[in-house]
Amino acid sequence: MDIWLQQFINALSLGGIYAMLALGLAIVFSIARLINFAHGEIMTFGGYGIFLSMALDFPILVTLTVGIAAAVVMALMMERVAFRAMRGASIISLLITSLAVSEILKVLFQNFISPRPVPISFPSLWSGSYQIGEMTIGVAPTVSIIVTISALGGLTFFLRHTATGMSMRAAAEDFEMLRLLGVRANRIIAVSFALSGLLAGIAAVIWTAQRGSVDPMMGTFPVLKAFIATVLGGLGSLNGAVLGGFVVGILEVLAQAFLLDSLAPYRDAIVLSIVIILLLIRPDGLLPARDGTRS
Amino acid sequence: MDIALETEALDVRYGQIQAVRSINLVVPKACITALLGANGAGKTSTVMAIAGVVPNVSGKVSIFGQDMTGATPDTIIRAGVAITPEGRRIFASLSVEENLILAGAATTKSTTSAERRAMMMERFPILGERRRQLAGLLSGGEQQMLAVARALMSGPRLILMDEPSLGLAPQMVDTMFAIIEELRAEGISILLVEQNASLALEIADHAVVLANGKVAAAGTPSEIVGQDILKSAYLAA
Repeated sequence: MDIWLQQFINALSLGGIYAMLALGLAIVFSIARLINFAHGEIMTFGGYGIFLSMALDFPILVTLTVGIAAAVVMALMMERVAFRAMRGASIISLLITSLAVSEILKVLFQNFISPRPVPISFPSLWSGSYQIGEMTIGVAPTVSIIVTISALGGLTFFLRHTATGMSMRAAAEDFEMLRLLGVRANRIIAVSFALSGLLAGIAAVIWTAQRGSVDPMMGTFPVLKAFIATVLGGLGSLNGAVLGGFVVGILEVLAQAFLLDSLAPYRDAIVLSIVIILLLIRPDGLLPARDGTRS
Repeated sequence: MDIALETEALDVRYGQIQAVRSINLVVPKACITALLGANGAGKTSTVMAIAGVVPNVSGKVSIFGQDMTGATPDTIIRAGVAITPEGRRIFASLSVEENLILAGAATTKSTTSAERRAMMMERFPILGERRRQLAGLLSGGEQQMLAVARALMSGPRLILMDEPSLGLAPQMVDTMFAIIEELRAEGISILLVEQNASLALEIADHAVVLANGKVAAAGTPSEIVGQDILKSAYLAA
């Protein structure tokens, strides 16, 4: 019982990170039709923002804000510098553009910051734990679950109850019609990138707090998992991305916790096999986008 | 004659295909101008070019005397133009009210937008009743009303209406045409694209017939109606 609950908390914590990253990818895809391979570098840049603020001895709240803001700024800059010029291009051209952005940023991180991990030390409170009855629960996964749920809840509120949020849902359905109502395309696309940056920034905070370091490849692997999550959930579907993120996270933690030691090296292969089986059963994903025209 | 919309030598291309050739069009203020023609005659291309969402356009478009050639849709909409597009294109996954909220927020202050929304619910009571329903669940006629209400949220002086009667039950077509006449009475200028030529000519003040992307005839409905040019324009495509 005890181990199950602890693993459940770990799974929610990891799944939440994947869910936020996957949701960021899905928001940008549903509006700009862009599969952003440089999403991981947005997260990495957020991590470097945290590193820099800590090096400058900023208070912890300022540090976290700088980290998240760095990710938002990076996402907006990517849109402005690289993707705006490519607007209306085919999905393949956009995809290759984003790959180029990703590679360029990785090289810049290596050359101008460091090719090796740089340390980040969160306050010791973070790595502590607390007791509920018999159980020992870590502060880090608890906080990460709370933060994730607040972020997802806040975003849901934004999309449901603000005019800009409604415009974003409408943009996913029929962007040209939205423009015919006088909505500025640049504004909606910028908001979608800012939101994806915000979520990646929050993910960066939780991720660096758990790993204790940042390196140029930091964002690559979690975002890879997030890609799998968006496809599993149904490409272009926001709810699907969140669900897919949690499913991938839970599968990974289960595999980690309960696989025999001899099978441990195959953990990712086993998780991906399960994902492939799920996709064979539901080729459009677990919660496909409502609009039938989504590819 | 006061002019709401004027195009001079308007050309629209999609790659190699020229959809519209050198169209001169005048829409007088507070009048209904019917734009007629068969499928593929270039009616929708003309409307979309005026609205600013077609990339390859040449020629001149002026709206209420302002040159709008090459302007982006947001500038054109802010100049007082609204559109009810072919196929209605309401946002199906949003509620009726959300469709109106986002349309209002695009162009006006929130207080003005809320007032206009209340006016729309009053003017189209069925939309008021169904305000929380998903727009995709409305009937065709209700969706067309929502498209009109959504267009009115920006307080337009010129509305481009593309096939507002398409796919509607006969009774609903009458209702829709009555609404169009009401809008004219309120001083709104209308460019009415219709396949149903006889119906459009009943309420129009002026008519322009397109065939193969060119203007085949123009004049008052009595000049156009019964002419061979109208029949041949429909048979040409």
